[in-house]
Amino acid sequence: MQDLSPSGLSLPSPSRRSLLRGAGGAALLAGAGIPLLSACGGSGSSSDPKTVSLGSNQSDAVPKKAYGEIYTAFTKQSGITVKVNTKDHNTFQEQINSYLQGTPDDVFNWFAGYRMQFFAQKGLASPVDDVWEKIGGNFPDAMKKLSKGADGKYYFVPLTTYPWAVFYRKSVFQQHGYQVPTTWDELVALCKQMKKDGLVPIAFGDKDAWPAMGTFDQINFRLNGYDFHVELMAGKASWTDAKVKGVFDHWAELLPYHQDGFMGRTWQDAAQTLVAKKAGMYLLGTFVAQQFTNKADLDDLDFFAFPEINSAYGQDTVEAPTDGFMVSKSPKNKAGVTKLLEFLGTPEAEETYLKSDPSVVAASNKASTAAYSPLQKKAFEMISGAKTLTQFMDRDSRPDFTSTVMQPSLQKFLQNPKGVDSLLSSIERQKKTIFASS
Amino acid sequence: MSIETQTPKAAPTVPPSGPAPRKVPQGHSRLLTRRDRITLALMAGVPTILHVALVWVTALASIALAFTSWDGIGFDSIKWVGLDNFRQLFTDNPQFWPAVEHNVIWFVVLILIPTPFGLFLAVQLDKKIRFSRLYQTAFFLPVVVSLAVTGFVWQLVYNPDTGLINSLIGANKPGHYIDWIGDPKLNLWAVLIAASWRHTGYMMILYLAGLKGVDPSLREASSLDGANEWQTFKNVIFPTLRPTNTVVLVVTIIEALRAFDLVFVFNKGAQGTELLSILITNNIIGESSRIGYGSAIAVVLLVISLAVIIPYLIATFRKERQA
Repeated sequence: MQDLSPSGLSLPSPSRRSLLRGAGGAALLAGAGIPLLSACGGSGSSSDPKTVSLGSNQSDAVPKKAYGEIYTAFTKQSGITVKVNTKDHNTFQEQINSYLQGTPDDVFNWFAGYRMQFFAQKGLASPVDDVWEKIGGNFPDAMKKLSKGADGKYYFVPLTTYPWAVFYRKSVFQQHGYQVPTTWDELVALCKQMKKDGLVPIAFGDKDAWPAMGTFDQINFRLNGYDFHVELMAGKASWTDAKVKGVFDHWAELLPYHQDGFMGRTWQDAAQTLVAKKAGMYLLGTFVAQQFTNKADLDDLDFFAFPEINSAYGQDTVEAPTDGFMVSKSPKNKAGVTKLLEFLGTPEAEETYLKSDPSVVAASNKASTAAYSPLQKKAFEMISGAKTLTQFMDRDSRPDFTSTVMQPSLQKFLQNPKGVDSLLSSIERQKKTIFASS
Repeated sequence: MSIETQTPKAAPTVPPSGPAPRKVPQGHSRLLTRRDRITLALMAGVPTILHVALVWVTALASIALAFTSWDGIGFDSIKWVGLDNFRQLFTDNPQFWPAVEHNVIWFVVLILIPTPFGLFLAVQLDKKIRFSRLYQTAFFLPVVVSLAVTGFVWQLVYNPDTGLINSLIGANKPGHYIDWIGDPKLNLWAVLIAASWRHTGYMMILYLAGLKGVDPSLREASSLDGANEWQTFKNVIFPTLRPTNTVVLVVTIIEALRAFDLVFVFNKGAQGTELLSILITNNIIGESSRIGYGSAIAVVLLVISLAVIIPYLIATFRKERQA
């Protein structure tokens, strides 16, 4: 049949076959290479002291490149190669259990907060106190607190972070003469005024079910403080507590000012209403800036901290999800790992990262802010000035609880704000069984 | 999707190729050569091992796990909890009963709307009208496309801000807003329209195949007897479609129980569109998963499936024995 084609069309078949043969051969070689290499290691050590392997969930182009540049800088400085195994972001998260139990890489990307503590408690991560002796001076106290496991040991080295806040457009506020609200009453009054002026007061989209968690968190720690947030998320405080009821009461007061039809809208679509100046405010993380593709629009974007509700806590807590690194339970190259983490904990490493990815800010307060945009500078100041940092509901609590109980429950509340009491007792019952399970 | 029963195919006997190395002296007591037996053992054995390992062992394991609590970290963390998962499921889980209800609604809608419509289309196409191939292709096209892709396309239609429907009727403004994806009173029906759109084509093809099998002399006879078109269909054609109807019923039940992809793409089974399959996935997939609890839901789904399939199998076998 291939003879029928006069052109080179018949060529791909044999060439593909030889390609496959080549690939097969390479795989065989690699398979044979592993035991060979380990045999070369000698003196009991079963790995190459000149490489550290790293499991990465940074599959998007921008962060992937930015991380790559840090590792190159590290190799230049120490002569140790970082072998990066990148997996798709969501796949990495879904497989994290089996990954950490199997033969994980020496170091892996992960999130601060309860999610980090969970794996530390399960014995799937190594403490890194020795690293923190060197890098401790580079971080503010709030970051140190974030990097500790429940046993008080360090398990995490933070790299980047970003705050959640209320975003708005300067020109819209100027045009209508709005003031940035600093108290709850001012916020509600502003919402009323915006509605009168024909704006959607608060842009909102909860199709992905997590944005609503951000609103809950803000109202909760403004009203009840950081410690209650931690207790509630750790499953210690009760969801039927009057304090939690208070959060939903405040939320219900604000709900009529939220954008219609939020259950079917993604955060990206909601952000577009802010871009189009149809919405006055939007509570989200700084990644909302990604939706401002026009430079003039981006320069017009600004934000303020969620207003104070209870004067006892003021605005002292900032929700700042933090990404960084953890060490697996028995890294093959412990000395190399320590060196790598010490490097990652330096301001220089963070500056290298931020050069390629300006959508986040450095976790260290020693990193230079010279190259920051005004938005980044403001975000950085907000985080450095915070007394306490929270992560996010699904990072501060058991992910099985937040995804199977809290996401549907919050959506239920948004549909029917009046049925809070039965909703809260349902959450509490489900919480008890989940937190009791292990 | 396919309704093939998974009976292992009879291995074709290997034709004696080339000269046999040596004659078997024992006569007809050894019909198969050594090589034949090895071939047979491999052809029957490998699929059997795969089937047992991937279907039976996993099914039994998930039944066992339904009585435990396990987060997937180490086998020593499996804890026996008896019927606790089921008790929680039936009493505390606010999503469970809506999910069961939605699976039932899914079935009822599929059997009441797209099935008769598919039959109607099949009857029309069977008349060999002009462009019948074109219509056939058009109606069958949704079946060929993956359901996940179908979901994405329908999302573009239903998107509350920028979707086709809301843009056309102007229902994307504050005040009069139709949230097709989010409103729990609407979203199940919205997604069922998409499911029906696809199911119609599927049913049409099944009925078309059934109609091709109807003996033309039956039609002739009924028209000679003076029956009009409707009477012919009601009294002659439809009764001969009995075997097709059984297949349609089973396919529709299976479709209703395994409904997943469309909704998962649509809104991940949020308020109003909960389904058993989605609850299972949400509990088992992901970090620090609730494998025991998710397995309990899977067992409920299995029991429902068996309750439907077993009577069907019994009826089928009985018919075969009678034949």
